[in-house]
Amino acid sequence: MSFFHRHRGLTPYLLLAPGLAWLAVFFIAPLGFLAYQSLQSGSFDFGYEFTWAWDNYRDAISTYHEHLIRSFIYAGLATVLALLVSYPLAYWIAFRGGRWKNLLLLAIIAPFFVTYLIRTLAWQSILSDNGYVVETLRTLHLLGEDGRLLATSTAVVAGITYNFLPFMALPLYVALEQIDPRLIEAAQDLYASKLQAFLRVTLPLSLPGVFAGTLLTFIPAAGDFINAQLLGTPRQHMIGNVIQSKFLELIDYPAAASLSFVLMATILIGVILYARVLGSERLTG
Amino acid sequence: MSAYAATPPRPSLLARSWDLVRRHVLTVYAVLAFTYLLLPIAIVIAFSFNDPAGRFNYTWQGFTLDNWRNWDAVPGLVEAMTLSLQIAAISSIAATILGTLIALALVRYGFRGRSTTNFLIFLPMSSPEIVLGASLLTLFLTLQFATGFLTILIAHVMFNISYVVVTVKARLVGFDRHLEEAAMDLGANEWTTFRKVTLPLIAPGILAAALLSFALSVDDFVITYFNSGSEVTFPLFVWGAARVGAPPQVNVIGTMIFVVALGLMLVNVLLQRRKGST
Repeated sequence: MSFFHRHRGLTPYLLLAPGLAWLAVFFIAPLGFLAYQSLQSGSFDFGYEFTWAWDNYRDAISTYHEHLIRSFIYAGLATVLALLVSYPLAYWIAFRGGRWKNLLLLAIIAPFFVTYLIRTLAWQSILSDNGYVVETLRTLHLLGEDGRLLATSTAVVAGITYNFLPFMALPLYVALEQIDPRLIEAAQDLYASKLQAFLRVTLPLSLPGVFAGTLLTFIPAAGDFINAQLLGTPRQHMIGNVIQSKFLELIDYPAAASLSFVLMATILIGVILYARVLGSERLTG
Repeated sequence: MSAYAATPPRPSLLARSWDLVRRHVLTVYAVLAFTYLLLPIAIVIAFSFNDPAGRFNYTWQGFTLDNWRNWDAVPGLVEAMTLSLQIAAISSIAATILGTLIALALVRYGFRGRSTTNFLIFLPMSSPEIVLGASLLTLFLTLQFATGFLTILIAHVMFNISYVVVTVKARLVGFDRHLEEAAMDLGANEWTTFRKVTLPLIAPGILAAALLSFALSVDDFVITYFNSGSEVTFPLFVWGAARVGAPPQVNVIGTMIFVVALGLMLVNVLLQRRKGST
């Protein structure tokens, strides 16, 4: 102990060292190796060599821009849908939940207790061609005689929305729950209608939750490949599917690595722009 | 949504109809949303009792308890589950220790590099899993380190640390430091104070973090898929089985995991409620 007494300033660094070392070696360093790999050229049979092969990036974008764009469209749609489903739900629990709040919250995160792949397979059976949903939609003529849900973009977006919805609902709930109801009452005392009170008080105060929720949903959604694989066809494949097959099936490491970087960079730029927009909106709103 | 369009733009009527919408439609909406959230879970549980005619456990054929009785009859399934549990146990303990130490440093001490540390903790949680998995694989490939049990373990500790830090930190922030000062005033040294005062008080947070990382480990597919070599965890087994039609035993195990996780969370909610009422 005398060591600690003599070097008190060291204690936080000693506490940090093992965990941060782990992250440095197995999280930060791998990103460096990924960058290194993305600039290599060659082939699996003859080996890859580092050659500053920036062409990998050009090729990756020109060959797979459709997958990239599709990923962001699907992820964007899923994020908006998750927001539309979660906001009223989180609002309802926060303001009407009463003593059942915690239990209702548990119901929101219940999907997370079922293994990701198994709940996606459950959607496969719900949306399957001879399932009740398709049959009902066909009877109502909302779907053609041989119309399908499985193997369509709708199924993939629905699956992504479902799988990441708790990431949206939880931060929304936390933000809404913290709002002091007296603020809403004050707005109404000052002759704001309920709608005005919602738009001018509740909504702006919940924006941090919207911000956190959309990011927590969008980022994993953009990199997902499981929903496209299990609920879609190659025509619905996202950038994650390409990275996965390049890495593990085609063993084209440089292409896979450069695609991973393009994905990460695009997400990063998107997040920064988004933070700017929502940040300024909060200032003026 | 069409209700708004149908109402004339007179403010009082708008306000009144908004009130009506809020009072009833919101409840109906919440019930529908909960149905959407819970329906697939019901399907998973129901189909664990299904008696499928062919390879595909898609359509309801008839009730049977056989899948539950012969839950271990599918070759490879028990091994996969055992591997998942082993990895979850070891990786959650390791991540909990490493993460708790970081959380202690972040909350208790002012030091240079705090915000960098916070950022470093936040980063893995906000990166797409596929990038985490792929980059870790490139590390192992470049170092010619064979992927398998050890690399899955390394990966799971890596992605769990951040979640542990966040969970334990939440508990530490609301912590009364006077209790520690009191112990020190009574002659306890730093280590005794930590062991007898700090640790028991933050134990619930540490336990919650351990359970969370255990759950995340059992459920992880993407990062494991990249770094598993020839090892097969439970999610990897499901992935492989899905291509040829997953047997109903997969639903049995899925239901078991769901029931255990839900049970633990229910206990947690009830304990919190009791604590709140006293």
